[in-house]
Amino acid sequence: MDVFDIVGPIMVGPSSSHTAGAARIGKFALTILGQPLQAAKIYFSGSFAKTYRGHGTDKAIIGGLLGMDTDDIRIRNSLKLAKEKGLQFQFFETEIDNAHPNTVQLELAGTEGKTVVVQGASVGGGNILITKIDDTEVSITGKATTLIVPHKDVPGMISDVTNILARRGVNIGRFELKRSQKGGTAVMIIEVDGTVDAEVNEMIAHFPNVIDSTVIAAIG
Amino acid sequence: MKYDSVAELCALAKEKGCLISDIVITEQAKAQEVTEEALVERMEKSFAVMEESVASGFEEGLVSASGLTGGAAYKMKQAVDEGKTICGKFFGEALAKALAVSETNACMGKIVAAPTAGSCGILPAALLTLMEEKQLPRQTMVRALFTASAVGMVIAKNASIAGAEGGCQAECGSASAMAAAALVEACGGTVDMVSHACAIAIKNILGLVCDPVAGLVEIPCTKRNAAGVANAFVAAELALAGIESAIPADEVIWAMKKVGDSMSAALKETAEGGLAATPTGKRLCRRVFGERTCNGGKEL
Repeated sequence: MDVFDIVGPIMVGPSSSHTAGAARIGKFALTILGQPLQAAKIYFSGSFAKTYRGHGTDKAIIGGLLGMDTDDIRIRNSLKLAKEKGLQFQFFETEIDNAHPNTVQLELAGTEGKTVVVQGASVGGGNILITKIDDTEVSITGKATTLIVPHKDVPGMISDVTNILARRGVNIGRFELKRSQKGGTAVMIIEVDGTVDAEVNEMIAHFPNVIDSTVIAAIG
Repeated sequence: MKYDSVAELCALAKEKGCLISDIVITEQAKAQEVTEEALVERMEKSFAVMEESVASGFEEGLVSASGLTGGAAYKMKQAVDEGKTICGKFFGEALAKALAVSETNACMGKIVAAPTAGSCGILPAALLTLMEEKQLPRQTMVRALFTASAVGMVIAKNASIAGAEGGCQAECGSASAMAAAALVEACGGTVDMVSHACAIAIKNILGLVCDPVAGLVEIPCTKRNAAGVANAFVAAELALAGIESAIPADEVIWAMKKVGDSMSAALKETAEGGLAATPTGKRLCRRVFGERTCNGGKEL
């Protein structure tokens, strides 16, 4: 916690959890998609489902999906902007089992054919927790620079990736490996101090057996 | 420094013979690995956003997305400008500014959460009104925001700044205490006075529930921001006159935590009790969200 957690964040109102947090989840999901968004299905659960209109949660999510930060005043008109850009989007009210009251699931399709499903919760004060990426359960706060590396579940992958980070002087603060099944697809979630160069990210993405690599900048 | 207590902040400032904000700026610059200049510059940006959020709240015809609120700041400002207020221009200005920022928030405008979006009008209204009235340097107000933040950090650590955890006392109460601390420092009060102002502000609002109609940050939040800035001036004024709080600030914060813990969940941002559960509160909820969501007045 620092002074800007108390006097801050700078945000578009009215609610840090229902508006600012929602925008952050949207932007986080867009970064994971890694290409311009073409279509989005948005499933609101819990309190989000009941009150999203009054809190502008719909506008905040779409704003985030258009790449806007929490303090971007265009969030107010994001639905109109999205339509003008030709983005297809639909909202659904649902109930996701065992989820935090402010949970949203985003099914995204990019213009270059990639699809991704991201589930996240707005846990208070604009803080978020990404809980699922496709079928993998994760736990990402976005407070540190986060590297997400899906790869084939074969020996040596962790050392390949962490070696390059070590050589570039990048310090790892948290490391998590998730896999759905032996020999299938696994995902490394690496939180680091400072930032990661785009060049390093490119190198990791081109390692044999790495499927993709995405760097998500720390939430300011 | 861990921001464990107001007493620690005061002791450090006294030891070094400086202001609480000086201690906080030095410590935070180190912790965030930035220069003191860069840190203060970032706070200046927040202060500028606070000013803009006041200005945008004074626009005529402002209505929130839900239709529940809007236009109060405009009315208050008109009363001030026409010289119709009971307590004079200064106090009327403070109330108008608090309403303006809160309404900007309800209308999806840009604000600085201080410490939350629900209580975002109190700190800007207190500091901006004082700055204009006393012709104080802008830099003094920006630095005072660090003192306010430090108080907020202590409260967040030892009690709560979330309505869902501690009721409105945790949001508008914390904001009042932060604002009172900043006002006292900006007016040249001693560090002990800062501490007493914090204590008095929280004492005056202890036990206030969070009962938003339809669960939205509008009714009664907007008006409680006006009450919050009034409370901040009451606390600062008393402390600057040399009046002390019999209960020290850290114990008042402890009491706030205990009161929050013993408060029913219905009174902590669930929109199930208090004003949200009144016949009119329920009717307004149905108007915004329809029958299904507002079954019995609850935001289910």
